[in-house]
Amino acid sequence: MRLGKARVRNKGTRPVASESGGLSIKPMEQFEVKALFGGDISWYTPTNVTLWMALTVVAASALMIYGARGRALVPSRAQSAAEMTYGFIYNMVKDVAGHDAVRFFPHIFTLFMFVLFANLLGLIPFAFTTTSHIAVTAVLALTVFLSVTTLGFILNGTKFLGLFWVSSAPLALRPVLALIELISYFARPISHSIRLAGAMMAGHAVAKVFAGFASALGAAFFVPVLAVTALYALELLVAVIQAYVFTILTCVYLRDALHPSH
Amino acid sequence: MAETAAAGTGMPQLDLSTFSNQIFWLVVTMVVLYFVMSRVALPRVAAVLADRRGTITSDIAAAEEYKLKAQQAEEAYNKALADARAEANRIVEAAKAEMQAELDVQIAKADAEISAKSAESERRIREIRDSALEMVTDVSKDVTGDILRLFDAKADARSVNAAVSARLKGGA
Repeated sequence: MRLGKARVRNKGTRPVASESGGLSIKPMEQFEVKALFGGDISWYTPTNVTLWMALTVVAASALMIYGARGRALVPSRAQSAAEMTYGFIYNMVKDVAGHDAVRFFPHIFTLFMFVLFANLLGLIPFAFTTTSHIAVTAVLALTVFLSVTTLGFILNGTKFLGLFWVSSAPLALRPVLALIELISYFARPISHSIRLAGAMMAGHAVAKVFAGFASALGAAFFVPVLAVTALYALELLVAVIQAYVFTILTCVYLRDALHPSH
Repeated sequence: MAETAAAGTGMPQLDLSTFSNQIFWLVVTMVVLYFVMSRVALPRVAAVLADRRGTITSDIAAAEEYKLKAQQAEEAYNKALADARAEANRIVEAAKAEMQAELDVQIAKADAEISAKSAESERRIREIRDSALEMVTDVSKDVTGDILRLFDAKADARSVNAAVSARLKGGA
């Protein structure tokens, strides 16, 4: 981080990377949004965000459509993977959010596929991780938060406020609990989005730092390379787990909207 | 510009100037992905899964039916076996009864023959005995007459005969 800042400050004066003695690690550079064809970035400019989001759609479609194209009674490996993903998310929605949440299964499945493949594609060297940006995860989390809250009020009316009124607690405690519940409810989109972006950004930045050490250490390069290898396995796990966590939290919030009573 | 803003914070994530771009492309991506998934991918996978479930269910039903048929066949086989056993027993019994009846007839016939033959034998034995007795009487009479003649005793045949007969009867 400190090194990154130093490097960036240097860049302002002289755009050459060599003055910090060869150890010029820029762990945050990978997160920069760049226009694909040069020029300024306005809201519609095709950027690396566009490219990697498109690749996410392609990858998700490759698994779910191309992989499952055989429609065989006895599935191939790819078809089996597509069916297992389907079954995994379907059962998650059904078990966590209830049977009546199954109508939102396509929405939740889309969310899961996007986060999963954005995380996984981001692990490719030189890739851009769209989910490491708070702007992206915040929009996803806020969309979930607003949809679920609106849905809660549409389906339950004012009864939805029962979510904050813990009827099983002693009467004197209820206003205090209501305040806590209300704060935790509004904290949901913040934790929901920062968890994902933070996990993605931290892992990638650390990987970049270790990779930078490898080029700086010369003969001892294998130490950070081994570290990066181990870190990479961990990052693979984190990429899948964060997609899972993001999706299951969405299901939990959806359950609160469908069944607000404690 | 993006790079100068990033340089200010050190974190491209906090560069507000790229937010509109990211959000725009995110919305586009999510809409596209949602339609691809909900219109194409998910119905296909759901159809395949439903198809498979249907096939498995019907296969299990067919297996159940075959099992029932096998059970019925076994029952029929056992019944046929029992029937065959009963029929065999009946035939054996009938054969035994028939043989017994024939045997009885033969035995009765043999008994009748035996009794006829023994009656005949008895009759002949009696005849022989009678004739022997008669001969004894005649011989006795003749011997008595001869003896009397040897002793010159006057005796007519009639009285000798009577005396001998009386004696024989008494002695007998």
